[in-house]
Amino acid sequence: MPNVVTANRLIDGIVVYLAPDGGWVEELARAKLAGTEDETKALESEAAKAVAERRVVAVYPMEVTLHDGVPVATSVRERIRASHRTTLTKDWYDVPL
Amino acid sequence: MYRYDEFDHAFVHERVSQFREQVGRRLAGKLTEDEFRPLRLRNGLYLQLHAYMLRIAIPYGVLSPRQLRQLAMIGRRWDRGYGHFTTRQNLQFHWVKLVDVPEILSALADVEMHCIQTSGNCVRNVTADPFAGAVNDELEDPRAWCEVLRQWSTLHPEFSWLPRKFKIAVSGAAEDRAATAFHDIGLRIVRGPEGRNGFRVLVGGGMGRTPYVGQEIRPFLEKQHLLSYTESILRVYNLHGRRDNLNKARIKILVNQHGIDKFRDEVEADWEATRKDAVDLPASEYARIASYFAPPDLVPGPIKDEGVEQRRITDPVFANWLKHNVRPHRVPGYVSVVISLKEPGRTPGDASSDQMDFAADLAERFSRNEARVNYTQNLLLPHVARYDLLAVYGELKSKGLATGNHDMLGDMICCPGLDYCNLANARSIPIAKEIAKRFEDPARQELIGPLRLNMSGCINACGHHHSGNIGILGVDKKGTELYQISLGGSPKDDAAVGTIVGPGFRAEAVPEAIDTIISTYLANRNDGEDFLATWRRIGAAPFKEALYAAA
Repeated sequence: MPNVVTANRLIDGIVVYLAPDGGWVEELARAKLAGTEDETKALESEAAKAVAERRVVAVYPMEVTLHDGVPVATSVRERIRASHRTTLTKDWYDVPL
Repeated sequence: MYRYDEFDHAFVHERVSQFREQVGRRLAGKLTEDEFRPLRLRNGLYLQLHAYMLRIAIPYGVLSPRQLRQLAMIGRRWDRGYGHFTTRQNLQFHWVKLVDVPEILSALADVEMHCIQTSGNCVRNVTADPFAGAVNDELEDPRAWCEVLRQWSTLHPEFSWLPRKFKIAVSGAAEDRAATAFHDIGLRIVRGPEGRNGFRVLVGGGMGRTPYVGQEIRPFLEKQHLLSYTESILRVYNLHGRRDNLNKARIKILVNQHGIDKFRDEVEADWEATRKDAVDLPASEYARIASYFAPPDLVPGPIKDEGVEQRRITDPVFANWLKHNVRPHRVPGYVSVVISLKEPGRTPGDASSDQMDFAADLAERFSRNEARVNYTQNLLLPHVARYDLLAVYGELKSKGLATGNHDMLGDMICCPGLDYCNLANARSIPIAKEIAKRFEDPARQELIGPLRLNMSGCINACGHHHSGNIGILGVDKKGTELYQISLGGSPKDDAAVGTIVGPGFRAEAVPEAIDTIISTYLANRNDGEDFLATWRRIGAAPFKEALYAAA
């Protein structure tokens, strides 16, 4: 399964993903995919630079599945992170049980 | 309540300045994350799943209206308009930005609050009976002693780098409403020889991976020796507690490996050797601190109010609220009111900024400028005149804060779980909501009677699941959330660790499993038995059979 690299933005802690243009985006769907181990390593070293530049913290690669070519988180934890929201009100809950 | 003196003000503001500078250095690249992490943790700032989380200490659960309004303001201005009251009388903001934290700390300092020692391997926020100074079963108000411990333990040079975190709870009442037996040190004020009050000292209680009920290290400690004796306990722990294994570093492990008798001998030996030179609190300093906790000037009044009695007869929902959320006060004509943060469908313990402002208004109008928070994640108005009850009820009801379920099944205790927390393995909030929906009918909860249901999203047990009459623990099993159920725990005087009843359940099966447990209890209980009594009489077998026989 392909990988993406995720992190939290340093200044506000928001969940972000490394994008193809080298930026960090909040939408998992726009994350840059790594299909091989080498590609994952390349993403990680790009992310390490962003850590050194103090753009992000807590970097790690994570597995995704592709739905029509769009990456979707596999674990519950990563689905919750990717949703950026939780359970403020009765209905505000997007990650199904 | 306690008010900062000049020293306190200067100290807390100085810490804010230090942290402002530390954040600046982090953002400027002069500190790496590894260097910065211990500094931010010392100020209660965690990095969680979605954002930074700031944990604010509410010392022994006491809040002034001014403080509540400031918390509301912080929630509105720097978070998302709400906060989460925790199981240790703290408030957590789950969406703060690193760049804003110095300003937030400064706003907290303005109202005599801070986040110091809400994380790290030090003495954490000292918790207490939330009804302290108000309730009618109290021997002595414990808050002055909590404040003494707070001042003594803040930045204590010897105890800033303990093997692991250290939690103290104090109660001065007959009923344990502070879960003292599940703390590293639990203090109960008791009457001793010659009619003097002192402390019964428990040590080595705790939850987490290895739950233990605290054991008595001293049946009676003269109050004036509290600091030197606590110091000896901490010193023995600091010397012998394990530092090589995070999971075995709490004092409970040391106490249980040594055995309470050996541990006691070591503490007593240290105490005998050091107490002459140790800093015990001078009586004058105690008197100074205690003066801040002088009881409010309440004029005794009639213990019945005509309007309340009328409404009790005609309005069963009100009657239910009156029965569960209104507690007797030591002064006739007064009561303490529990503001429920457990409306079915809501996240247990969450309060919006509007609700915090609202509670502040009520505290000002009806409760002598005092509000409290309890470890079961509700707010309280400690000193309400009985003749104000109808007005208070009407106000609370208008904001969804009058659910009459205190200490009932609906009053679930629940950690943030995998919806927020970096340590969690499974979600707890949605499960709590589903269970609350299933048991929404107050008549059904009334039939079930007093029941404590606790839920944690990981083994660290912030939701105190070990001490729940019914406890639910979320675990991760190969990427799926699975929930283990334990039965028979109790956080009170008959403190007990629950027993795991069998294999775990998938999330969607948990409410049904709870229903099965409740039905089994109802089918087996004798007259007048609560859940715990039935469990203790019949044991696990009937519950296991009901839960697993069909499988």
